[in-house]
Amino acid sequence: MSSGLLFALGGLGIVVIGGWALVLRAHLIRKVLAINIMGSGAFLILVGAGSMGGGDVDPVPQAMVITGIVVAISATALALALVLRIANATGKPALPEDRERDLMDEEGM
Amino acid sequence: MLEQFAQAPWMLWAIALPLSGALLAFALPRRAAPIGVVTALLTAAAAFGVLLQVALGGARVYRLGGWGAPLGIDLLADGLSVLMLAMTAIVGTAVSIYARVYLVTSPEKVRRFWPLWLFLWAALNALFQSSDVFNLYVTLELLGLSAVALVALTGSGPALWGAMRYLLVSLLGSLAYLLGVALLYHAYGTLDLALLGARAEGGLSLAVPLGAMIAGLLLKTGLFPFHVWLPPAHGSARAPVSALLSGLVVKASFYLLLRLWFTFTPEGQGLPILLGSLGAAAVFWGSIQALRQKRLKLLVAYSTVAQLGYLFIAFPLAGLDPALAWGGSIYLALSHALAKGAMFLAAGSIMTQGGHDEIDELDRVVDRMPLTLAAFALAGISLAGLPPSGGFVGKWMLLQAAMAQGEWFWAAVMIVGGVLTATYVFRVLGFAFTKSPHVHEAHDVPRTMEWTALLLALGAVLLGFVAPWALPLLDGVLP
Amino acid sequence: MKMAGRPAPGEPGLLLRTGLALLLAAVAAGVGLALFAEPVAPGLAGAVEAELARSGADNPVTAVLLNFRGYDTLLEIAVLTAALVGVWALGPAPRSKETTPSPVLLGMNSVLIPLGALICAYLLWAGTARPGGAFQAGAVLAAVSVLHILAGRRPRMHLPEAPMRWGVVIGLAVFLAVGLGVKGAGRHFLEYPVDLAGGLILFVETAATLSIAVILAGLFIGGRPEDEP
Repeated sequence: MSSGLLFALGGLGIVVIGGWALVLRAHLIRKVLAINIMGSGAFLILVGAGSMGGGDVDPVPQAMVITGIVVAISATALALALVLRIANATGKPALPEDRERDLMDEEGM
Repeated sequence: MLEQFAQAPWMLWAIALPLSGALLAFALPRRAAPIGVVTALLTAAAAFGVLLQVALGGARVYRLGGWGAPLGIDLLADGLSVLMLAMTAIVGTAVSIYARVYLVTSPEKVRRFWPLWLFLWAALNALFQSSDVFNLYVTLELLGLSAVALVALTGSGPALWGAMRYLLVSLLGSLAYLLGVALLYHAYGTLDLALLGARAEGGLSLAVPLGAMIAGLLLKTGLFPFHVWLPPAHGSARAPVSALLSGLVVKASFYLLLRLWFTFTPEGQGLPILLGSLGAAAVFWGSIQALRQKRLKLLVAYSTVAQLGYLFIAFPLAGLDPALAWGGSIYLALSHALAKGAMFLAAGSIMTQGGHDEIDELDRVVDRMPLTLAAFALAGISLAGLPPSGGFVGKWMLLQAAMAQGEWFWAAVMIVGGVLTATYVFRVLGFAFTKSPHVHEAHDVPRTMEWTALLLALGAVLLGFVAPWALPLLDGVLP
Repeated sequence: MKMAGRPAPGEPGLLLRTGLALLLAAVAAGVGLALFAEPVAPGLAGAVEAELARSGADNPVTAVLLNFRGYDTLLEIAVLTAALVGVWALGPAPRSKETTPSPVLLGMNSVLIPLGALICAYLLWAGTARPGGAFQAGAVLAAVSVLHILAGRRPRMHLPEAPMRWGVVIGLAVFLAVGLGVKGAGRHFLEYPVDLAGGLILFVETAATLSIAVILAGLFIGGRPEDEP
């Protein structure tokens, strides 16, 4: 198993973990974190899968990931600013359907 | 001079002009509105320049950086692209003129609306002309972020919630798409759509990434059951923003889905039938929800959910005569953009006039704003698929495709859907003619707002007449 | 105290969790299998290598980012700019509490900020031949700007009183201008003449570095600053 494949599978695991958290967690910052983590996982898959073919290091996946990271930062920043405003405007950093839930829930898997 | 115009890189200008305008409107906020409107008109002109070039000379390629695929990125404008570009130009111009007047009362919002809207338009034009899967990802992100920011511009609690949900769903969709891009590059070593189409044979290496990309795009298009984010976002945004979202932004991800479908031509009946079924479910669910709404903007938003379902009915019908089925779907998308845009603009005028958008309190709107109501009615005619509108042409083509293959189920879905659409449209019109027992405030609505909505709705109806010239553009695009 | 076994109102039920688990398992299986499949064609490393000499940069990643696929980078800077406009559109910047900054922070800043600026300049310059470039340099500069902000001050550009928004737009503006500027004489957008490519790339990267730093710092501030309209 090449290192590229290992990284890619690791990235896949991160995406799955992030997906679990994105759907099930109520606190908006956790959701934003989850999306961020999923993005990092996707970038790992990009770079890992791109380096699986032997031979010269392929610069295109790396350039794609640099672009992707900047895009992810922009999205995360906008998301966090939105969470702040939501918390200020409605009192809780949660979507309407999650307002009744325990935002700091640690136990629920 | 004419030769210069004919050979100018309008494809590039359609992207560079709105980007420059956005920067200028942001850097000079006190003049944001005039800059915005001028840029809008120039961008629309550029889009029509591309339309003329392609209509008269065939599909065009523009090699950015001079390198050409697979090393560089290519822009490709074919029949489908230019129809989308023209649709964006028409709706975009109408919304720009409307917004110029609508936002006059909120100067702080004006300063942010124009840069964000121009970024959105640039993203749309870039998306419709891009031929590179990763570049499409970046355009999708620009589109999504601008759209979310425009929804949040309203500032209210529901708008912020709607924007947040929209953002999370949009990012999830982009992520799924990006996974597909990663796997495609891993398998086929290129990011260019044309090359990918040539190299891809099938099997798991194509099915998994294509499935991921389609799933992501379905999320962004808001097909049932992924539609949950759509009504709150479209319903709580300001009227011009809702017109852009329902009219244009959801069409972009649908266009991309079509583009991927035409490039890779997946075989098998499972996926098309699944997509068609989800579309049918969307038609019913969206229409029934629309009937139950008390607020006009939410009704129009649920109508979008329903109308998007029609677009997917083409998938199971494309077997015998692809041109008929796909042409119908695309034409429905075009008509919906104009009609839904007009409907949201009309709803905005009604809200400005009365201060509310409760449907059963419309209080004889027909007396005070006949133009706006005419706009709503005409848009409704196109949405319900009555002749001679663009909606009718699209539905008729799909019905023909269904009946030619004996697919009575899909035909029934479309007919019942049309009846439901007419029902909720006429419900609004009915209340618009009745007097309400309560007293409401009455503000003046500028004529410009009424006229833009009306002209856009007329456009949706006249689209039916343009079909003989528009549909042949799709030759060579469809599989 | 949660009741054992019974989920609280609104908590996702067992059905949702099982469904989600199945979905994620399917995704993992699908993507995993696709990763194990043999590639049909090699990547673009060879194509990049072949044209590297004409690209104006020695580092292949920089060549891809700023020349071969420069249009992607341009759009990505547009995404960054749009995100900032979006954050400014949300409202004024949240007021931070008025505390005296820790003397440790101030002391560190007096070392870190000039060092950071130096590293930024180095990364920008080195990007042509070694790993580095506009984004890395911009991120470092943004990081020290954040330190400056945390110490209670806002970074100001000590050019003739330039407002922050000009720093925001300059990256994308220069990139667009250069791309359009090279268009004369039958060249395409962003088609740099081979002998000027290196210089143009560095010029675009410098403007981009400045913008990226201003935008990232602005995103950290989280809203429209007071003196911006």
